[in-house]
Amino acid sequence: MSKEVVIKAEGVSKLYRLGQIGTGTLSHDLKRWWAVTRGKEDPYLKIGVENDRTKKATSDYAWALKDINFEVKQGDTLGIIGKNGAGKSTLLKILSRVTSPTQGAVKVKGRIASLLEVGTGFHPELTGKENIYMNGAILGMTRKEINRNFDEIVNFAGVELYINTPVKRYSSGMYVRLAFAVAAHLEPEILIVDEVLAVGDAEFQKKCLGKMGDVASHGRTIIFVSHNMQAVQSLCKSTMYLKAGQLQDYGQTSAVINKYLSKEVKNCLQRSWERSDAPGNDVVSLLSAQIIPRTDDSDVILISTAIDIEFRFVVHKEMDLCLSFLLYTTSGNCIFNVGTPTEVLKPGEYHSRLKIPGRLLNDDIYTINLLFVKDTSVIVYQVEDLLTFEVADEVRTAQWYGKWPGAIRPDLDFSLL
Amino acid sequence: MIEETLGNDADNWDILITSRRSYFDFNIRELWRYRDLLMMFVKKDIITVYKQTILGPIWFVVQPILTTLMFVVVFGNIANIGTDGVPQILFYLGSITMWNYFSETLNITSKTFTDNASIFGKVYFPRLILPLSKVVSGLMKFLIQFALFLIVWLYYLLIKKSISPNVYIMLIPVLLAAMAAISLGFGLFITSVTTKYRDLAFLVSFGVQLLMYATPVIYPLSRIHHHRIWLWLNPLTSLFETFKYAFFGSGTFSLPWLLYSLAFTAVLLTLGIVVFNKVEKRFIDTA
Repeated sequence: MSKEVVIKAEGVSKLYRLGQIGTGTLSHDLKRWWAVTRGKEDPYLKIGVENDRTKKATSDYAWALKDINFEVKQGDTLGIIGKNGAGKSTLLKILSRVTSPTQGAVKVKGRIASLLEVGTGFHPELTGKENIYMNGAILGMTRKEINRNFDEIVNFAGVELYINTPVKRYSSGMYVRLAFAVAAHLEPEILIVDEVLAVGDAEFQKKCLGKMGDVASHGRTIIFVSHNMQAVQSLCKSTMYLKAGQLQDYGQTSAVINKYLSKEVKNCLQRSWERSDAPGNDVVSLLSAQIIPRTDDSDVILISTAIDIEFRFVVHKEMDLCLSFLLYTTSGNCIFNVGTPTEVLKPGEYHSRLKIPGRLLNDDIYTINLLFVKDTSVIVYQVEDLLTFEVADEVRTAQWYGKWPGAIRPDLDFSLL
Repeated sequence: MIEETLGNDADNWDILITSRRSYFDFNIRELWRYRDLLMMFVKKDIITVYKQTILGPIWFVVQPILTTLMFVVVFGNIANIGTDGVPQILFYLGSITMWNYFSETLNITSKTFTDNASIFGKVYFPRLILPLSKVVSGLMKFLIQFALFLIVWLYYLLIKKSISPNVYIMLIPVLLAAMAAISLGFGLFITSVTTKYRDLAFLVSFGVQLLMYATPVIYPLSRIHHHRIWLWLNPLTSLFETFKYAFFGSGTFSLPWLLYSLAFTAVLLTLGIVVFNKVEKRFIDTA
């Protein structure tokens, strides 16, 4: 039996105004009215740029979503991925009926509940118990449904002892657990989840994922939005990839994630110059720099991928020279600095290679600075932000999907004796 | 943000989310399904007001008592406006109790969108639930204050024997419903308009104060001798006069004007709901 389509989006688009325009004062509308009555163009209405946050907007309006079409079948777990500003949240807001599309329509079968933000409607003065009822009602549960699930919710959140205490006295962890517990015990046909995994400790994350899996296995549909590729990979059968408000890809999760990684990761893996315009001075010039991932497929650099970094440069004057290599994270922390042995280099072209093994770097975006150093002390020439590459996390086997802490993630031997 | 049951068409969709919305797709069935939420909002309003206070709900009656005393001094004795022979305390307490319900409900419902932007931005429920819950929680507060009024009223009725109420007392539920509907209708209209023009929000609390003087709250209608028609045109006038007539036997009861008020109320409430429904789906984008 083929499964029923429970969500069908047809040409969904959403137009947003940008900036200060239309902040809601009468004067703007009066200006607009004045312009129009004088037969001039409406000063605020220039519709239509696509939503690219890396560029300055040229219009006061932007399409947060443009012509999105898709179908979700019953019991499916759908992941939605994309960079910030790709339209993920807007799509969720439309699906959860917080806002309406500018054009197009979404048709839904069954009840939708969303966890756009857990704990909505929690009131600090109310007790845990009162908030369970309050929050449950806001999320669309009837009193009867909450009564039926009450004990389970309290158990799940692990707040039995504090159920009659105002939640303002809760620790933030308890607060979040309680909030999620209510939401997790909704019994909607379609559940929308947004980044809840960002909260809570590892044990709680595990509970949450288990619960989501449960919900899915009961034939209910889940839509899960996350930046976290691991979580998406392990939870979702199919995935939707949004970019600048447009649907880039929709299909089997691992294929879509691969496409996402190869498209979105802003790698600058290779740069080269002609001798005439090579950066440098009268001592050295850099001809090329290149990062070569030691993998078969694609340019994606994973945690486990070993990479070679090669440089070609020209020495114009004979001198004692070494190359110094610095690796930075985008937040500006230097991860390490390695140098070649200082040697007497005669004028001519040289080649150098740095090998970075797999399982050394953490998942992050790195940039490279290269220094030419004379007599191991004087910098004769340096290039900053020479190359940029992103190391992507692999699918983890453990039931934990948080950001791995640390500047590096070496694969050291650590075991019980 | 429409929810409508699409009936038995081929696909049988439960919810249709589009930008289109007609003026009158006002979904009572959905509202009914969320009645538990309405009661939760009411409960929250009541509970949170007196949490961490010693006197608790007693605070609900302190305010009308103090205001009444103030009015007795200022309007009754200094300005010497007169109360149609009704004991001053009773006259002012009754008026204030009624007026407070109207003005507080109006004030709070007229801020529905701005006060609840964060909730509205996260979860869907029929937006009308929130202002409705304010009407109901205001009613709870009103009932406590009204009980105070009844005690004072019984004192003057049974012990002082200085007032002569009549059978029109039976109209009190109608009066209350009309007050609730006017304040709700007005509030819905104002909150809808002020999502775009915040300017108007400043006018509201100020305007409500002015409106009190355009309504026979602190003075009896009988004190106005010229151009009384202008006061009658205020839909609140006949409600207040009927109230006073019923409880004190002193006001002016006019059936045509009462019917006018009720008709006005019905139109205002309908208009308020229509505009509110129109605005609610776009509101979150401009908040």
